[in-house]
Amino acid sequence: MIRDITIGQYMPGNSFLHKMDARSKIVLTFAFILAIFFCKNFWSLGLMVLLSAVLVPVSRVPVRSVLRSLRPLIFILLFTAVLNLFYTKSGNVLWSWRFLTLTDKGLYTAVFMAVRILALVAVSTLLTFTTTPTDLTDGIERLLSPLKAVKVPVHSLAMMMTLALRFIPTLIEEIDRIMSAQKARGADLETGGFVRRAKALLPILIPLFVSSFRRAYDLAFAMECRCYRGGEGRTRMRQMRFTVRDGAACGVFALVIAGVAVLNFFFKPLI
Amino acid sequence: MDTFISLQNVSYTYESEEPSAPAALRNVNLQVRRGEFLAVLGHNGSGKSTLAKLLNAILVPTEGKVIVQWMNTADEEKVYDIRRRVGMVFQNPDNQIVATIVEDDVAFGPENLGLPPEQIRNRVDEALKSVDMYDFRRAEPHKLSGGQKQRVAVAGIIAMRTDCIIFDESTAMIDPKGRREVLQTMRRLNRDMGITIVCITHFMEEAVQADRVVVMDDGAVAAVGTPHEVFADEALLRRTGLELPAAAALAQGIRAAGIPLPFVLTVEECVDALEQAARKAGVV
Repeated sequence: MIRDITIGQYMPGNSFLHKMDARSKIVLTFAFILAIFFCKNFWSLGLMVLLSAVLVPVSRVPVRSVLRSLRPLIFILLFTAVLNLFYTKSGNVLWSWRFLTLTDKGLYTAVFMAVRILALVAVSTLLTFTTTPTDLTDGIERLLSPLKAVKVPVHSLAMMMTLALRFIPTLIEEIDRIMSAQKARGADLETGGFVRRAKALLPILIPLFVSSFRRAYDLAFAMECRCYRGGEGRTRMRQMRFTVRDGAACGVFALVIAGVAVLNFFFKPLI
Repeated sequence: MDTFISLQNVSYTYESEEPSAPAALRNVNLQVRRGEFLAVLGHNGSGKSTLAKLLNAILVPTEGKVIVQWMNTADEEKVYDIRRRVGMVFQNPDNQIVATIVEDDVAFGPENLGLPPEQIRNRVDEALKSVDMYDFRRAEPHKLSGGQKQRVAVAGIIAMRTDCIIFDESTAMIDPKGRREVLQTMRRLNRDMGITIVCITHFMEEAVQADRVVVMDDGAVAAVGTPHEVFADEALLRRTGLELPAAAALAQGIRAAGIPLPFVLTVEECVDALEQAARKAGVV
């Protein structure tokens, strides 16, 4: 059962978003997040929401999966909404009771923030749904490569990320094995209070650490034997190409940003 | 056949706290010939794995020298050039796969060599086909069986176009079916692509397939010869703690029971010999 786990939440597909260059997807996602914080009223915010709503069918990711990824947000949403509702003191008072006051401005801010967070998470989820972890790390490496000029070890960081992703399933299998081995020796992992159970984890963590170091040692040898010398002089099989598709996506996005600016300008800011 | 790797009076001692630590290898002289399939046999602690690690400069001899073609493994500037000629497949398949997708992993070596992308693509496809894993090129390594993972590791070396591949007990951790797959791959690479194979193993069945067998015992070379020469030498086998391959042991048992059979090593030879014996006796 453990062999079936998939790293990340990539959903194989063939849509416009799947075929886009990982770099442009990453950049546009960040641009989206920034843009949504520049929306000043419901009109410009509405435009951004419309964009994210259009992206879902374009990605051909089932709506249900997107909604499921938003579910863990409920608590944060409620929390920020309550804070915004009662901590905004400016605006016309709609209702008040002892120390609690509810203003129209507070109401707007609460709704505004909730919609912002939802759209933001929905769009970044679409990025991870339509991009493989390998492409994501590759894209990040290439985007950050200008930082090499100021001695940031971009290649090493990306390689560490790739190796971490690669070894997650291996280590999960290992934990499974160690747990069975300790149970077979009579270890009790399920009963007792928190402290007791935390202590019971020790005989699992120590072998896991020891074997991870051994693996790292082996892996370093194997990589050296395959002529790995760091990022210097290394080429990549998979090339990333900025295609017409990416150009079109950037164009559409630029239009939406322009729309946000115009709507911000012509309608009264709410918050 | 010309010499590809040559070990000259090689000794190796692992660094240790005790000054009197025993040497893992003592005064080994050995030639690996270009294009051959060489098996290195020995029980645990015989020094066979140390020998393997000396062949591509993972370890450098304490005494003597190892020469790959014209390069001394002790010369640090040559290490890269040695490793692009001599590849190595390790024991644990999990600890040598680098990427999360099969074809990306196979591409790792050629990428390190700095080849142009199209050329890497061709080499990766070719390498995956030659180990019969092309259909799994987009698979995630952790979902493969041990034998399949080990074949991916082999493809990663083939894609670098090394002249020689060392298998350091590469079949020790996988099931019998996977072991057969890997052994078949080794033979095919040796026969069809002319790759020199050095197979470090403690499975007699693998040694039987080789052109030559080196028997290691207590850090020294106990014998070098064809599989027939080595396995016919009963005194040697007893001294070094090796067993006869199953087919040979069967034939020996039948001989001991008084039925004349020639010396055989492989299952095929054993079947032929039995058939002939049966025919002679008029049973068939």
